[in-house]
Amino acid sequence: MAESYKPNEMMTIAAARALRNEDVCFVGIGMPSAAANLARLTHAPDITLIYESGTIATKPDVLPLSIGDGELCDTALTTVSVPEMFRYWLQGGRISVGFLGGAQIDRFANLNTTVVGPYDKPKVRLPGGGGAPEIATSCGEIFIIMSQSKRSFVGKLDFVTSLGHGEGGDHRERLGLTTKGPTKLITDLAVYEPDAETREMTVVSIHPGVTREQIDASTGWPVRYAANVVETPPPTAQELEVLRALNARTARAHGEAA
Amino acid sequence: MSRVLSLAEAVEEVLRDGDSVAMEGFAHLIPHAAGHEVIRQGRKHLTLIRMTPDLIYDQLIGMGCADKLVFSWGGNPGVGSIHRLRDAVENGWPQPLALEEHSHSAMANAYEAGAAGLPCAIFRGYIGVELARVNPNIKHITCPFTGERLAAVPALRPDVAVIHALKADRAGNVLLDGIVGVQKQAVLAAKRSLVTVEEIVDDFGPRSANTVILPSWTVDAIVCVPGGAHPSYAHGYYKRDNAYYKAWDAISRERDPFLAWMKANVLEKGPDAFAVYARQSRMAAE
Repeated sequence: MAESYKPNEMMTIAAARALRNEDVCFVGIGMPSAAANLARLTHAPDITLIYESGTIATKPDVLPLSIGDGELCDTALTTVSVPEMFRYWLQGGRISVGFLGGAQIDRFANLNTTVVGPYDKPKVRLPGGGGAPEIATSCGEIFIIMSQSKRSFVGKLDFVTSLGHGEGGDHRERLGLTTKGPTKLITDLAVYEPDAETREMTVVSIHPGVTREQIDASTGWPVRYAANVVETPPPTAQELEVLRALNARTARAHGEAA
Repeated sequence: MSRVLSLAEAVEEVLRDGDSVAMEGFAHLIPHAAGHEVIRQGRKHLTLIRMTPDLIYDQLIGMGCADKLVFSWGGNPGVGSIHRLRDAVENGWPQPLALEEHSHSAMANAYEAGAAGLPCAIFRGYIGVELARVNPNIKHITCPFTGERLAAVPALRPDVAVIHALKADRAGNVLLDGIVGVQKQAVLAAKRSLVTVEEIVDDFGPRSANTVILPSWTVDAIVCVPGGAHPSYAHGYYKRDNAYYKAWDAISRERDPFLAWMKANVLEKGPDAFAVYARQSRMAAE
């Protein structure tokens, strides 16, 4: 029998499962980093993890707090300058998957990490886009990992920081893009994939114990469900053990750094 | 040719009120000691340039040193917002702060264009996003060969670049290694430069032929400040003080505690205060 687990653990594990052994993954800090390293420590030992600080094929023993912790450089195959990272490796089309999160997302998986409220007089000034605007268009495809709530899953973004499927349909193609954009949205409740025609993010898998009512109540638009929604397989004992050990090592390492 | 100076002399000589200044370091080798000296000397009306404004720019902004920020990601990595930046943008405290906001790709390309002596940088970016609407320095050009529409931003040519490196040698050359970020580009793009280092050695000794070296004739002032990148880190010297980054969130959240902290830890201290971090970590590493 599966052990008990937290929604955040289910989310991280579901995201890790989406990564393949042959992927070259551009990793953001926080949940994407946990998911990418969990994949590396379980089913995808040969995955190439790249952080925008320039570290390529890094194998950190603990999760970094920043995108440039020394651990990333110490365990990397090579470390390149930041202009080289963005020009040759990202813009050059060497990355198969980019992993993003955000403060707000809409039903076409466009993301806002810039402001809540108007740009010139923001209610909340958020950190900004960083690498995301070009990650979203240059990587072969994009996975997004975010906890669901009505505050973050909104009908209309306050600001479009990075492009998902734009206004839907063939919007990306009309902008001249050949990359796929967001192909998976993994939340603490469900997994979404874009509808083949409209490109609206559509629930394809619901985590164990979660109801459609819960999903509807946590989403700021009328949620679409695929014709045959499945239940997300619960975390295995091994997935939970590896994730918890990784988090424990990380907490110890960051505490000791004082 | 570079000259070895005290930190106070170096900042006095290289950085003036109203300058545009890039203090760079991508998570690694962030020039905190130099930033503190800028605050102590009360520099005003600066245009601060940095891809990832984090704690040191939060401090400069909160102490009223800056009129403008050119940046691509302003936060406390892995922790959250930087509150002094938020207070300046949302409430104009201690003074209004103009923003010129870019993406990382744009900033990295713009530094490289600055180092290369070009007027602008061209790259494939800003597709389908709103920054171009709010930043008039984001424009587009058409490739004359393929017809592809590409993004263009002005080259970054700061008045001053400030970085922290690992070593300088007696001849005044500078060495850095590890996550090297955009420091080489920033120094070569800037009119003047100030480099703090962990140590000054007679000779760099054995090294990779591709180690980043800034020859002495590309640098104006060198200052030896062991521990000067703390709470960021210096590869091979001391680790990133992640607990300090987490603690900054509470220190900086409200104005009065922030000002009290700055008085006790910056205004009433000098560059020697950083030595403890270098020593402490070295002892821990032994």
